[in-house]
Amino acid sequence: MELSKEKMLWMYQKMVEIRKFELKVDELFKKNMIWGTCHLYIGEEATAVGACAALNRDDYITSTHRGHGHCIAKGAEMKRMMAELLGRETGYCKGRGGSMHIVDVSTGNLGANGVVAGGIPIATGAALASKRRGDGKVTICFFGDGAGNEGAFHESLNMAGIWKLPIVYLCENNLYGMSNPVKNSTAVEDIAVRGQAYNIPGVIVDGNDVLAVYETVKEAVGRARRGEGATLIESKTYRWMGHSKSDPRAYRTREEEQEWKERDPIKLFASQLMDRNIATEDELKKIDEQVDEEIEEAYEFAVNSPKARVEDITEYVYA
Amino acid sequence: MSEKTYIDALAEALREEFDRDENVFMMGEDIGIYGGAFGVTKGMYPKYKDKLLDTPISEASIVGAGVGCALVGMRPIVEIMFSDFMMDAMEWIVNQAAKLRYMTGGQLKVPMVIRAPMGCGTGAAAQHSQSLPALFAHIPGLKVVMPATPYDVKGMLKAAVRDDNPVIFFEHKLLYWTKGDVPEGDYTVPIGKAAVKREGKDITIIAGSIMVPRSMEAAEKLKEYGIDAEVIDIRSLVPMDVETIVESVSKTGKAIIVEDDNKNNGWGSEVVSKLIESDAFDYLDEPIKRLAGKDIPIPYAPELERAAVPQIEDIIEGVKEIFDKR
Repeated sequence: MELSKEKMLWMYQKMVEIRKFELKVDELFKKNMIWGTCHLYIGEEATAVGACAALNRDDYITSTHRGHGHCIAKGAEMKRMMAELLGRETGYCKGRGGSMHIVDVSTGNLGANGVVAGGIPIATGAALASKRRGDGKVTICFFGDGAGNEGAFHESLNMAGIWKLPIVYLCENNLYGMSNPVKNSTAVEDIAVRGQAYNIPGVIVDGNDVLAVYETVKEAVGRARRGEGATLIESKTYRWMGHSKSDPRAYRTREEEQEWKERDPIKLFASQLMDRNIATEDELKKIDEQVDEEIEEAYEFAVNSPKARVEDITEYVYA
Repeated sequence: MSEKTYIDALAEALREEFDRDENVFMMGEDIGIYGGAFGVTKGMYPKYKDKLLDTPISEASIVGAGVGCALVGMRPIVEIMFSDFMMDAMEWIVNQAAKLRYMTGGQLKVPMVIRAPMGCGTGAAAQHSQSLPALFAHIPGLKVVMPATPYDVKGMLKAAVRDDNPVIFFEHKLLYWTKGDVPEGDYTVPIGKAAVKREGKDITIIAGSIMVPRSMEAAEKLKEYGIDAEVIDIRSLVPMDVETIVESVSKTGKAIIVEDDNKNNGWGSEVVSKLIESDAFDYLDEPIKRLAGKDIPIPYAPELERAAVPQIEDIIEGVKEIFDKR
């Protein structure tokens, strides 16, 4: 394993950041401090972190409506994310985007996207630009199992196939498109096989194992950077929470949820780190405590930030 | 300055912008060796192989990929073979390109041009013939233009390519082979400025796209009836040059709007409300008249197709009716 201890602890920290950020978001939601809706990523942390760990800071990602995890993994500041969720002037989008639309250009994050498959052609275009310019950058396009049934997914994979674009299409198959189980919505058992139709290798990975995700994505990123084209990766994972805030999860059993919770990606990674003597329990605990502090700081920053300014409401429509 | 067709002026703008900025390129269906469905890029491929990207027939992802290219600093021009086919790409035009700058608090910009041939008169019927500028003009974040002359199409395409916003660039198919004076070399025509194409004192004809040359001819014939019409080419629906229209109508006291789109909720109604909201209201001495297409899909049979949108004689009649009422 060529990963340094430092990098693995960074990965652990990012996973904990995502988990704790979202638990805080859930808490603030219940207190009516967060407006609208939001889609929590809890349970899927290994996929965002494993994937983004295989990228450079200036590589691109596009994200989904369940985007907090991707943003944090790519390096977004939690305080500016929290400020955006609270609708503040200091938020990434100055209160115009909210949970579903966080963008952080400084870390190559071209944006969460409120539309299923919305980011897929956009990611394809970013990769096309990299190919034309020869800038060596790779794009990871995160999307969900539901987006695999949108027309744009098929159009874009076809383009990436014919033009050998430097892109990794990363499907987070969390088994449900809102309430609809994948087996009812998708004619194939594994979405990864759809790569074959476009001459793109399809790979399946355990989405709860951060090191497995990292290795798989790293190989795909390497292919892309070498000019060998796109890869479709299907990360099999599970969202612990409902689709969004109002979902009572009537379409699945608590037993099923419990089974997946037993494979908590953070606990799994913690055991791996300790079993292989990479980190002690104390070291990991210290990271947990440090993240607790960061979350509190993010919250304090956000709640003390000025509200979005109504007098600027028409700003940024046009450049 | 030499006389060129609208198509040649367009091609000249493309070549000059390709040469000027390495970030400019065009993607679309059959624009390479084939030269584009209307021949805009005919003969360009050998020299501009790298600038003309032939795509699969995938409008949603052609536009979506254009957005992605624009977000990371390129300046893509996307050709949609017939503007009707933009319906396949509405998500990436309306929900992505138009909104990304605003939604991200100004972090992103989308410097993209979508070139879209529109309009009827070629017998291609309803799915290849409609005129949709008003549909896009309603969406905040898009700019919508429809140049009517070879001079304007060259200058406005250059302005559109250099604009940091998504610009929907409507080219009327019947204008492609029209001729006009086009200067050699670089110039731009600003987006958002109307043009007074003919000065007159009795009535203002506000027209767009193919209706501009038709209105110009109508204006010449109206002289026989002692009517001296001023013709304004609106050129750009978003932003709209309200000032020039208001100034003209305040001078003439009468207005007729001539559109290529169908009438219901067309851009003419926007012009009417802007006039009514403005100082021009005090100067109007007749109700404003609107001439537009019938509210039907464009039909096939030549007689039906011709009757679907205003022709020169309809404009003459429309203007005369205003004066005959007195």
